[in-house]
Amino acid sequence: MSKTLFEKIWDSHVVVDEGNGRSLLYVDRHLVHEVTSPQAFDGLRLNGRKVRRTDLTFATMDHNVPTSNRSLPILDQTSAMQVKALERNCKEFGITLFDIDSPDQGIVHVIGPELGITLPGTTIVCGDSHTSTHGAFGALAFGIGTSDVEHVLATQCIWMEKPKTFEIRVEGKRRNPHAVTAKDIMLSIIKKLGTAGGTGAMFEYRGEAIEDMTMEQRMTICNMSIEGGARAGLVAPDEKTFDYLRGRRYLPDNYEKLVDYWRENLKTDANATFDRSFTLQAGEIAPQVSWGTNPAMTVDVTERVPFPEEYAKGNLEEEKAAAKALQYMGLKAGTPVMEIRIDRVFIGSCTNSRLEDLIEASRVVKGKKVSEGVRAMVVPGSQHVKKQAEDLGLDRIFKDAGFEWRESGCSMCLGMNPDILAAGERCASTSNRNFEGRQGAGGRTHLVSPVMAAAAAIAGHFVDVRDMDLS
Amino acid sequence: MEPFTKIRSIATPLDKVNVDTDQIIPKQFLKLIQKTGFGQYLFFDWRFQSDGTPRKEFVLNHPKYQGSKILLARNNFGCGSSREHAAWALLDFGFRVIISTSFADIFYNNCFKNGILPIRVGEQVLQKLFETDGEVEVDLQNQAIRGDGIDVRFEIEPHWKKILLEGLDDIAATLLHQDEISRYESSHRDMNPKSS
Repeated sequence: MSKTLFEKIWDSHVVVDEGNGRSLLYVDRHLVHEVTSPQAFDGLRLNGRKVRRTDLTFATMDHNVPTSNRSLPILDQTSAMQVKALERNCKEFGITLFDIDSPDQGIVHVIGPELGITLPGTTIVCGDSHTSTHGAFGALAFGIGTSDVEHVLATQCIWMEKPKTFEIRVEGKRRNPHAVTAKDIMLSIIKKLGTAGGTGAMFEYRGEAIEDMTMEQRMTICNMSIEGGARAGLVAPDEKTFDYLRGRRYLPDNYEKLVDYWRENLKTDANATFDRSFTLQAGEIAPQVSWGTNPAMTVDVTERVPFPEEYAKGNLEEEKAAAKALQYMGLKAGTPVMEIRIDRVFIGSCTNSRLEDLIEASRVVKGKKVSEGVRAMVVPGSQHVKKQAEDLGLDRIFKDAGFEWRESGCSMCLGMNPDILAAGERCASTSNRNFEGRQGAGGRTHLVSPVMAAAAAIAGHFVDVRDMDLS
Repeated sequence: MEPFTKIRSIATPLDKVNVDTDQIIPKQFLKLIQKTGFGQYLFFDWRFQSDGTPRKEFVLNHPKYQGSKILLARNNFGCGSSREHAAWALLDFGFRVIISTSFADIFYNNCFKNGILPIRVGEQVLQKLFETDGEVEVDLQNQAIRGDGIDVRFEIEPHWKKILLEGLDDIAATLLHQDEISRYESSHRDMNPKSS
């Protein structure tokens, strides 16, 4: 019988099939971070349980670590307590931890692939919704709550209702791949499908534009599957995938044998059918800027901030939400996006903090200065990304232009550490969520690509990067 | 986990679409390392002004809805972050039932794991509930919602119904499958990471 890639991975991980659509799935890799794990470890202790597979469990601290000088203690006592709790828990239960001083530390979804923990055809979970990122490697990867973190620690398995399959086809080629990025494609998809479009489903991204992408671009795409409502997004692995991983630290010893198997098997069969399908043309996509308080509230950079009724297309609930979003964002409907002035720029997060993101952004910045009154920062996704960028001299380019160059972590994507917006501040951000207060109470977030964020930092307002020479 | 039977209470109408977990519990409150005490921070920025005084216009602050155990929400409730703190905050505040047209997947699971019943209903039923003034009864055993002029059945996955009715420990139930798990593991060793 013909199967989709998702169905193949699902079927090969079923431990118990209840026969009613619900199955117990085996988890190949479990990633753990400091914010969503303390209560899970407490639960194990309370019930006298152990971690079943310490060798498949990897932890790091990323959400509330400071991105300033690492030799100083963490000032926020509650953050320090959470970081200490993770250290204590990993030691007690025997789990590998990449701690704040480790050269491998970084955002959990950046270091998984970097260290070869992420593999095609595997199931990967983490107490974080952006676990979908790892789907770029053809892994079935999704976020879970803390109760499920405890469940996976104790049993290495997870119960799931079988989700629907949803094909997202991105056909053709991007007109200007330096200016129209993976981020713009993903924001366009979410804009069209809505933030609940993928609820109950897993996306599989296909088509020429996806095949043309580098691994890091595919990670940006899969990362934001959750913003489209899908718990996971997949891309079938290819030679780029296998090359990207080759030589990385935690690969199994028989990696090449596995590659041979994956090459033959990890793809959707020709006659397989999806429950739903959606297609867009890469050539029609422009750089995107979000204007509201959820990622579907997004327009082309050349457009104007929409009127609520124009955005809602007859849905009264959405119209109310859009009016409220405009009020929160301090924007007037009809304002050209390129006239929106910004106060802050954040280049980072599990969506856009990898080496390619920084290289692309640095091209815009090189030899220029951050606009007066704008505060801009770059937060590399991991210590490895930071080091590679510094070896290329990117830190100098950013610093010379007036950017802050930081240590790795989640930082201002969610502002659990000291990196936050003040009320009313407007930020061009390469992160994934523009929810109210996400980057700081009263802060106003515009989601953009790294090149769009860099260009906004220099101009002081949004600009169309297609007008720049980015080659 | 407290077993769930019947809940009867006034229903709090939260008339907003796409409510994300960042609104349900803002990030500054995710630093606690226990599961209790999150209720005071529920919908923090919507409930309180920056000086800490309650926002009178926000529905949860209305005297009529104090002690309510049922929350009515618009489409796509609980989207965004996987933080289970959102479920802990709702429970700690006193909500045992949330009724909406749809929920985000991770949040939906997190509710059941903590003894909260999330119910999906059609748009017309939800609208009727939003308009009702009196108490609403949610009867899990019979999968029914009853109120003034309302008597409808709802769907729920049988597994979750059982978990809620009996207040079961999920992990203990899974560990009954030890043999199957071990068998799976011994036949899939080739995917193990290199130990270092």
